[in-house]
Amino acid sequence: MITLHHPFTETAVRALCAGEAVRVSGRVCTGRDRLHKHLAEGGACPADLRDGALFHCGPVVVPLSPDPAQPSDGRGGWRVVAAGPTTSIREEPYMARVIERFGVRVVIGKGGMGEATRAACARFGCVYLQAVGGAAALIAQRIKRVAQVHFLEEFGATEALWELDIEGLEAVVGIDASGRSLYDEVRDASAMRLRRLLG
Amino acid sequence: MDWTDTLAELIRRTTSDLPADAEAALCRAVDVESPDSQAALILRALVENTALARQQSTPLCQDTGTLTFFWEVPPGTDTAALEQAARNAVARATHNGWLRRNTIDTLTGRSVDSNVAEGCPVCHFEQRAADGEGSCKTPRSMGVPPMKHGQDARATPVRKGFCKSPEGHAAGIEVWLLQKGGGSENMSRQFSLPDETLGAGRDLEGVRRCLLHAVWQTQGFGCAPGVLGVCIGADRAEGFLVAKRQLLRSLDDAAPEPELAALERRVLEEANALGIGPMGMGGTTTLLGVKIAARTRLPASYFVTVAYLCWACRRRGLRVSSDGSLHWLN
Ligand code: SF4
Repeated sequence: MITLHHPFTETAVRALCAGEAVRVSGRVCTGRDRLHKHLAEGGACPADLRDGALFHCGPVVVPLSPDPAQPSDGRGGWRVVAAGPTTSIREEPYMARVIERFGVRVVIGKGGMGEATRAACARFGCVYLQAVGGAAALIAQRIKRVAQVHFLEEFGATEALWELDIEGLEAVVGIDASGRSLYDEVRDASAMRLRRLLG
Repeated sequence: MDWTDTLAELIRRTTSDLPADAEAALCRAVDVESPDSQAALILRALVENTALARQQSTPLCQDTGTLTFFWEVPPGTDTAALEQAARNAVARATHNGWLRRNTIDTLTGRSVDSNVAEGCPVCHFEQRAADGEGSCKTPRSMGVPPMKHGQDARATPVRKGFCKSPEGHAAGIEVWLLQKGGGSENMSRQFSLPDETLGAGRDLEGVRRCLLHAVWQTQGFGCAPGVLGVCIGADRAEGFLVAKRQLLRSLDDAAPEPELAALERRVLEEANALGIGPMGMGGTTTLLGVKIAARTRLPASYFVTVAYLCWACRRRGLRVSSDGSLHWLN
């Protein structure tokens, strides 16, 4: 299996082909609807996304501190108990712009993305990885540490930007930097089979 | 017996312990896919995840979903107290990390951290007839109307495996919890027949075309492999409720009506021949089950309502008998 480690280089990312299984390690940032909208509309990003990974994920977190009034020191006072990918297509209106603005090299999510993201992956040297949807306990086990959290107050725990240190997260390349999308291929092939079934 | 404790335990089990029928279906699917395919890799991860979540009592999936409690209660039950217990249990489960902070105030966009708000969690109450008829699981909960004398027996199915402890039925309380995530809920849909673009008329062939089209539209977006809960007929709102209730059925059962059972089998087989596969990355496991119920309709309407559920079929039921003893239903 191919291993990818943060920071992700353009060469490493461009070498990946749709359908290949990979394991990702190092720093990964989570982001969902609120963050993508914020970033695409010109907002600042408190974490460094250049050559980084953006994970479409809203984790289940519990404070490590026993005092619920002081749940977090903002840097690792949390434990992730469940973390799987969320449906990526919701970020399609923003994704290409975010890849371009912040130099994101790896997007991790589920379900695949649309034409604009596919084109941005090819143009800027980015790759879309399919994590195992719903495998939240397994993925949480790959998360070794919460390094930092941003936008916790503003966006809430689920939508916040969590900087996570991960080890060996399993994923499959869904859209590669040559512009090939496994999702498009499966959709087109299944459309043909559907037409045959329905006569 | 304390209902808050009992319901908190129901939530813990539902969120972390995938029912045996769903786990067995995933294991069978691993064997069907070719061993070094992406499909097999994904399915193996799902099986591994299932064991891990159960062992740790942590959520199977981080989207702990909309919590819907389906209650069946005897006459004179204080349903407000049960609903309050459900709310308390949700707050406690959230605090324990069994549920994600998963509730957003739609107007302000802010997180409701307790997961408790008006109508959240959802509780549906049904009163059982005083003589206990209909309590033996469970024609109405499964979306089929209760029996009247002289009615066609086909309308009054009794599902196998639900009637393990008949004692105390009439006075006991039964509750099922379904946790359905947003990714799968977003894939639910409703068709109004006839639908010219699908070539779907007002008959079971039209229903089949709708269902296969729905599976194709969904692709991997709802974390395939999934389950279709389907209602044919009813009005729009009732259609979604009945369709959702079908998702409580065991993957191993069949609709009591032979024509619906045949349609369930056929759509399952054909959907899996589309090649969409786990997470939409190709493969032969796209659906784990198809569960169809029919309701009457107005002459002017013919709705086909599809409630799509992802592989994480989080549904657990329990019965508390009149003597306070607790019995798990799956
Ligand atoms: S669709 Fe189901 S398995 Fe996938 S993320 Fe949502 S709740 Fe989890």
